[in-house]
Amino acid sequence: MADTRQFSVQVEVLLRDGIADPQGATIERALPALGLGGVTAVRAGKSFRFDLAATDESDALAQASVVADRLLANPVIEESQVTVRPAGSAA
Amino acid sequence: MAPRVGIVLFPGTNCEYDALHAIEQLGGTAELVWHGATSASAFDALILPGGFAHGDYLRPGAIARFSPVMDAVATFASEGGPVVGICNGFQVLTEAGLLPGALQKNRGLRFVCATTTVRVERDDTALTAGVPVGTELAIPINHFEGNYTCDAATLAELRDEGRIVLRYVDNPNGSVDDIAGVCNAGRNVVGLMPHPERASDPLLGSEDGVLLLQALLCTADSSTTVG
Repeated sequence: MADTRQFSVQVEVLLRDGIADPQGATIERALPALGLGGVTAVRAGKSFRFDLAATDESDALAQASVVADRLLANPVIEESQVTVRPAGSAA
Repeated sequence: MAPRVGIVLFPGTNCEYDALHAIEQLGGTAELVWHGATSASAFDALILPGGFAHGDYLRPGAIARFSPVMDAVATFASEGGPVVGICNGFQVLTEAGLLPGALQKNRGLRFVCATTTVRVERDDTALTAGVPVGTELAIPINHFEGNYTCDAATLAELRDEGRIVLRYVDNPNGSVDDIAGVCNAGRNVVGLMPHPERASDPLLGSEDGVLLLQALLCTADSSTTVG
């Protein structure tokens, strides 16, 4: 078996453009109460972190993308962004 | 022989006995099917009832899709068997790719528990066979994520192929095109957010759901005869 290394993965899931984001809109409407009326384009999403073993960074990215596309995001309404870095390195 | 209806039970499902009772009251035989089951071939129809399968963690239906029983449901559906997903069951069927689109949070972020009026748009699906188009039914909804969404191409396809099965008369949740229920291309898989089993007895305030469940039992019966 090929040597593997540990990678840290971050997956960010947001609703696709054009899909109503009532959560983001509600947060945005609450912000003027903080005196921050200039905050716009608020979007609410989810963030996931996990570690995985992979032979190299592109293998790690490929595996993490499967997790993101097949489980963490519903491609009908959401899009995901995957970031991979060697475990232990600075985020 | 009375049609045998399998009622699929995930951890967190909570409408299974309502569905079971309604089916048996209408003369069907109903049996719970645990989500670990790997075959559904003993049944004439399947119902995926409402609730919170796997706690609705991640997204409603997102984890349930990976339950072993879903392969059996997919096989059953591909062989033309009638499958109906109610509320959370509808969400599971969309996540599993057996129905198009997705159910996202209601417009206005409101959990809605109310009786709605839905209009039957098709009389040729597993759940509406023989129910006249235009029939209006009073059936309750009870959901936070019932806002049906799909891309423009999918919506055009659903319209062109007559796969919008039920529409809300007064849209309660923001669903595109007032969609309350859709079916697959084969018309044997139907998903809907309203709960017909909760409108199946005068004690519940409406018996309008009986029309739909009876249609399902008729479809189940005829698919047995044919199959």
